[in-house]
Amino acid sequence: MEILPKWADAVLVPIFSLLIAFALSALVIIAIGEDPVAAVKMMVTGAVGSTYGWGYTLYYATNFMFTGLAFAVAFHAAMFNIGAEGQATLGGLGVALVCLAVPWPHWALALPAAMVGGALFGAAFAAIPAWLQAKRGSHIVITTIMFNFISASILNFLLVNMLRPKGSMDPATAKFPAGTNLPTLHDILGVFGIPFSRAAPANIAFFIALLACVLVWLLIWRTRIGYQIRAFGKSESAAVYAGISPVKIIMVAMLISGALAGLMAINNVMGEAERLVLNSVEGAGFIGIAVALMGRNHPFGIFLAAILFGFLYQGGAELALWTNIPRELIVVIQALVILFTGALDNMVRMPLERIFLAFRRGKA
Amino acid sequence: MTTAAAIELKGISKAFGPVQANKDISIRVMPGTIHGIIGENGAGKSTLMSILFGFYKADAGEIFINGTKANITDSQTAIRAGIGMVFQHFKLVQNFSVLENVILGAEDGALLRPSLAKARGELKRLAEEYELHVDPDALIEDLSVGHQQRVEILKALYRQADILILDEPTGVLTPAEADQLFRILERLREEGKTIILITHKLREIMHITDTVSVMRRGQMTATVKTSETSPEQLAELMVGRKVLLRVDKKPATPGAPVLEVENLRVIDEHGVERLKGVSLNVRAGEILGIAGVAGNGQSALLEVLGGMIPATGTVRMNGQELDLTGTASDGQSRRARGIAHVPEDRQHDGLIMDFSAWENTVFGYHNDPAIQSNALLMDNAAIRADTAAKMERFDVRPPDPFLPAKSFSGGNQQKIVLAREIERNPDLLLIGQPTRGVDIGAIEFIHQRVVELRDAGKAILLVSVELDEIMSLSDRIAVMFDGRIMGERLPEQTNETELGLLMAGVNEEAA
Repeated sequence: MEILPKWADAVLVPIFSLLIAFALSALVIIAIGEDPVAAVKMMVTGAVGSTYGWGYTLYYATNFMFTGLAFAVAFHAAMFNIGAEGQATLGGLGVALVCLAVPWPHWALALPAAMVGGALFGAAFAAIPAWLQAKRGSHIVITTIMFNFISASILNFLLVNMLRPKGSMDPATAKFPAGTNLPTLHDILGVFGIPFSRAAPANIAFFIALLACVLVWLLIWRTRIGYQIRAFGKSESAAVYAGISPVKIIMVAMLISGALAGLMAINNVMGEAERLVLNSVEGAGFIGIAVALMGRNHPFGIFLAAILFGFLYQGGAELALWTNIPRELIVVIQALVILFTGALDNMVRMPLERIFLAFRRGKA
Repeated sequence: MTTAAAIELKGISKAFGPVQANKDISIRVMPGTIHGIIGENGAGKSTLMSILFGFYKADAGEIFINGTKANITDSQTAIRAGIGMVFQHFKLVQNFSVLENVILGAEDGALLRPSLAKARGELKRLAEEYELHVDPDALIEDLSVGHQQRVEILKALYRQADILILDEPTGVLTPAEADQLFRILERLREEGKTIILITHKLREIMHITDTVSVMRRGQMTATVKTSETSPEQLAELMVGRKVLLRVDKKPATPGAPVLEVENLRVIDEHGVERLKGVSLNVRAGEILGIAGVAGNGQSALLEVLGGMIPATGTVRMNGQELDLTGTASDGQSRRARGIAHVPEDRQHDGLIMDFSAWENTVFGYHNDPAIQSNALLMDNAAIRADTAAKMERFDVRPPDPFLPAKSFSGGNQQKIVLAREIERNPDLLLIGQPTRGVDIGAIEFIHQRVVELRDAGKAILLVSVELDEIMSLSDRIAVMFDGRIMGERLPEQTNETELGLLMAGVNEEAA
């Protein structure tokens, strides 16, 4: 018997979790002698008070959508893929190689090719831990987390020794040719006469992320392979009974997951940096875990959670820039949100269930 | 005034949220008697006993033990009041000795040695008094299930229980072990102990109890003297309508062999040989029943035939050989050959408990092009409509395709699996433990459906640990023991004693 109605489970629980996280954050801010109300104002203005702020919020959100979806697809197959960080790093390599290989005449040609490159590299990098899990039983959590370090080392090696332009002191690739530069929200919205900040990095990848949300939803809930992924994720023995091959499902789910993580690179590498630098992913792979958990591994939830974390990232950066609240505290606030929405879910759910029960009995 | 009741419950009620598990229940159990409590799954038997043993607190009502009002707040107070409980799933530490298990939670002090010495003497006395012989130094994991159950009883007696509650005690026992248990219970009764026996098996109630209480939907519908009732009457009281206890079927008219199995061998991942050369065949229009105590290879047999595990040997389906090891040996290829499989453990294998009913009705057949609306997407609307129709035909309650499988009762879950497998019109139906955890009303329905499939000329391989079920459904009976077929019998030419011996590995013809 489900005690909470679906809407309460999907809406009330995350909202209460967020409120508690914010309340605790406020206490911390008070404790260090700052004004929480002013801090909230600063975050809101900084993140959504201007098109510049929105441009950054949506840019971050795009990264988180890709990594959140990556985590969710694997999670539906009961694979805890915490290697999105590494898969996105390698995805960046794929995107960079595509962008630098050919003198692209127009972004519309470069983008699909770069997407293929990023997805392939991300998927290939996820394939190794997936195969080890499927065939050898090596736990995916252990292998993917180790692969994050491997990806960083690979990138370091390639950037320093092979991809760095001659004479450059910077461990980064050359700037991508102009034909690969993606249209920003400023360019896109300008077509419709809507003014948008020129300086903000949000770009067309945001719309591709939205499309990815829709496609993942279709994949998971409407296709045969999604059905098999979910069935395997819920019960491996039942999957074997039904003739669903565990090896196949682990591989497919992880390849899709890695590809989604790799696709993130069209946003940060191709769209924003326009060259490949060290640590270009900046932790988005890990934030994606929190985004997916908070979004209940549902694409729509992931979309909302990604926007929220984009807001926290951009608002947090503004806070660090303009107040005496140290940068570390921003991490604390983000961590509290992750803690309450991801890990301490039941702390909110159980009292809520009790309230609903009492209410129902009162009516009965 | 007569002697006080050993246990008297007055007006016990307990609700879990909106579900009324127990409603105004009153019973009196006289000392030195065996009192049966019978009812379908979910009738509230276990809740009632959990209240008596202090696991739950009743919302209303009073408990009297030997005439004095008892306030049972947890299992410790229940034990102090002289109540002992033997659970369906034993609560024993597998790698502890019998002695260590007996004193667990009843140690006298910080040092173990005095407690162990005392327990050793006490166990010896109990063993003599009640004929409960168990080696006190044996490890639990080395004991048979029947002996493990004795340890549970000893644990209760060691804690000076005068009232013993046994929850479905025979579910895991061979018929011979069950008989031994009943002798022990009779002995305990002679010594003045009071026993409450919870079961869904009418035969046991009739065999051993003095009085019996019937529960239905949280209420006590009747308490009668066992000598003054009949299985038919009890079944009717349990279900609330007349039930057919015997399966009504015509003699089989078997046709050509559908399934032929030769020298089937399975070695599992631990290197244990689970099938040691099994040969059998099932013909069209007949039910072959596999009898045996759980764990003698029946599960492996079903799993091989269902494509879940690899094996060596030969299996022919309609004359064509099946791949037993390669890539073409999985559930999908078996279904393509016309083999449907109702697995022994529906909650573990047959259903995805978190999936809704409609998602479960295509489980295993999800690659069927008929349920695709185009090359990419599944036709969910059509599956839902089809599920609603199936639920109607198989009387699944509630008939809501959107409800997750875990929200249905055991019987209704089984009907969902059966609807899925039978309506595919298979040539061969593998069916394991068709009525385990299924209430009486649903048992009747399930048996009828299986017989109907047989009458439609299909082959059926039935595996069950319920001897009654094997005897009444099968057209032929094969008994398995230790990975082998011990012998084949015709149901009308055999009896429970003979089958029981075969199940224990004794073949009198061979001897």
